[in-house]
This record gives sequence, structure tokens and C-alpha cells, in this order.
Amino acid sequence: MLTLTSPVKTWAHEVRAWVKLATLCLWTVALLRVDGIWLAGAVVLVLILAASGGRVFFAQWLAMLRPLWPFAVVIVLWQVWLGAPMAAWPILARLGAAVGLANAVTMTTELAEIIALLTRITRPLARLGLNPKVFGLSVALVIRFVPVMLQRYDQIVLAFRARSPRRPGWRILMPVLLAALDDADRVAEALRARGGAG
Amino acid sequence: MERNLTHIALFAALIAVLGLIPKIDLISGVPVTAQSLGIMLCGTVLGAKRGFLAVVLFVVLAAAGLPLLSGGRGGIGLFVGPSAGYLIGFPFAAFVAGLVVERWQVRVGVAAFAGAILGGIVVLYAFGIPGMALALGKSLPEAALLATPFLVGDLIKAALTALVTQAIAQARPNSLLSRA
Repeated sequence: MLTLTSPVKTWAHEVRAWVKLATLCLWTVALLRVDGIWLAGAVVLVLILAASGGRVFFAQWLAMLRPLWPFAVVIVLWQVWLGAPMAAWPILARLGAAVGLANAVTMTTELAEIIALLTRITRPLARLGLNPKVFGLSVALVIRFVPVMLQRYDQIVLAFRARSPRRPGWRILMPVLLAALDDADRVAEALRARGGAG
Repeated sequence: MERNLTHIALFAALIAVLGLIPKIDLISGVPVTAQSLGIMLCGTVLGAKRGFLAVVLFVVLAAAGLPLLSGGRGGIGLFVGPSAGYLIGFPFAAFVAGLVVERWQVRVGVAAFAGAILGGIVVLYAFGIPGMALALGKSLPEAALLATPFLVGDLIKAALTALVTQAIAQARPNSLLSRA
């Protein structure tokens, strides 16, 4: 499965994951406390950072902000309706600057690096009985099973279409879920046959 | 042990798959993605603890940068955006839904419907609405107003959760870990 990490290598790929995540935390907290010219500065800073990755990287970064559009439209309409359209700006600027930097962190950090960081952070949980190896195994299982289950879903839709002129709709849920449950049982058996998960 | 692990991992994958498949149009005009259906099902099928862990796994992987959320979204940006509260509330929603099915010994479909409403709507909105208020700079009542269009879809999803959980109780009684 594709991750959201950008294939365009930037200087930020070299920075350690925990440094980027810590910066992001401070940045998000600070954004809630600034206003006026400082807020405008923050937006410009994020734009410069994203642009420093080059044109292709910048285009990908802009595309990742797309899910925010509906919220932006609602906020602007709302403020216009309240008679204070300019009040929409600080709200949108804060949102854009926070999500913008966070997306940049995601785009410049390899999944393996984040998983390694998570494994390190969750190591103290071993005392509570959480085996760190089990965490790694379940991550691998999820990543492997998303495409398998998508394929299974497509097969079931095709089978439905071959037998009915109607669209499958919610009826498709049951067979998809039963297939998932059966797969879970079979994978559990396969794991046990190979020495277990622990 | 292995069985718990694979069920947790496969249900985490199932939530992602339900978010990636094309929208199921239940009533035209109401935007419904099946992702929160997956959250409800995790609770009602796997039970409180396993459901909680499955959803935590899903949310952690989405945050780590896998495009698992509906529409292929993912990444740490979601945790500073308007839907952050919902993401944080997802595991607790599954936990409460599972708890209701485990503890309330009525017909499994009835318990699943109640659990899906209590967990997938009441608990989830209790996390989601403050998150939206914070990210969008709105008051709580205003944010609640923004959440209402989704209520119809979520009620339908709770009904579907009940139907599907009931059907699993009949077709695969051993796999209904919440009542095992």
C-alpha cells in the first residue's frame, strides 16, 4: 500500500522524526495564542517551508489540504451570515497553518521511522503485559490485509452484479464481514502453526 | 491469543476498507461513508476491550501516515484539524458499543443497536463536537449545529450495525467475541 510520504526527497527527510513531531506540537500550541501580524507570519512561514521542497512537493502539499475546503466554505458563509466576514481569517489561518505543517511532517517522514518511534515510546508498556513484538505483527497484518480485503470486496460486488440488475448497496456488508471473520480465523491458525504470536 | 490478535488486526483493516469503498447511498443527499460503521462494528462484534484496541491500531496507523481514512486521507495533520475530536473519540466509541453488547443480555441485535447509538453517536459526538469547536474557533452549540447533518446517517449506520451483528450471531456464533 502507498503511504503519504512524498517520493520527492527534501532536506526535511533528513531531520529526525521526533524532532519534527515535537516541533509540530509546539507549533500547534503556539498558533492558538498568536494573532494579527504574527498569525500572518506563521502562514507565510508554512508556505515558505512547503515551497522549499520544490514545485512537485508543493503541489502534493496543496493537494493534501483539499479536505479542508468544506470547512473553509462553511466558516466563511457562517461569518458572512453573522455580518463579520473578516473574523473568518484568523480561524482559517490557524487551521491552515496547523494542518499545513502537520501534513508536511507526514510527507517528509518514512512510515518505518514513525513505527520505530512508536515501538520505542510504547516499550514501557511491556510491563503492563503488552508485547512489543505483537504491536509490530499487528501493524504488518493491517497493512497486508487492507488490499486483500479491498480485493475481496470487489469480488463480492462482481458476484452480486452477475446475478442481479440492482446495485449491491448495504446487502454487500454481510458477506464482506463474514469473509473478514473467516480470514481472521485462518490467519490465527496459520500463526499458531508457525509457533504463535508471542 | 493468536485469534484475538488477528481479529483486532483484521477489524482495523476492515475500518479502513469501509472508508475506501465507494459511498453507499442510503438516502440520496445524505453523505454517508461507511467508516464510522466500521467503528461501531468493532465494538459490537469484538467486544469492549478488543474493539477498543482494534480502533486504536487503526487510528495510530492513520496518524503515522497511512491513507486509511475515508477518501484516502491520513497523516498527523488530521489530529490538528477539525475532525481531530472524532478520531480521538473513535476508540472510546467502540469501547462503549462493545460494553453495551457484553453487559446487556437481551437479543444481540437490540443490544447492538443500543450500543451503536450510545457509543457511535453519544460518546463519539461528545469527543467530536468540542474538537470541532476548538479547531474552528466556534462555541459548543455552534459546533453541535455543524454536526447535526450527520446524525441521520449515523442513525442509519446504527441500524445497519444491529442488522449485521444479529446476522453474525446466527451465521458465525463463535466469531461474535463480544458474546463469547
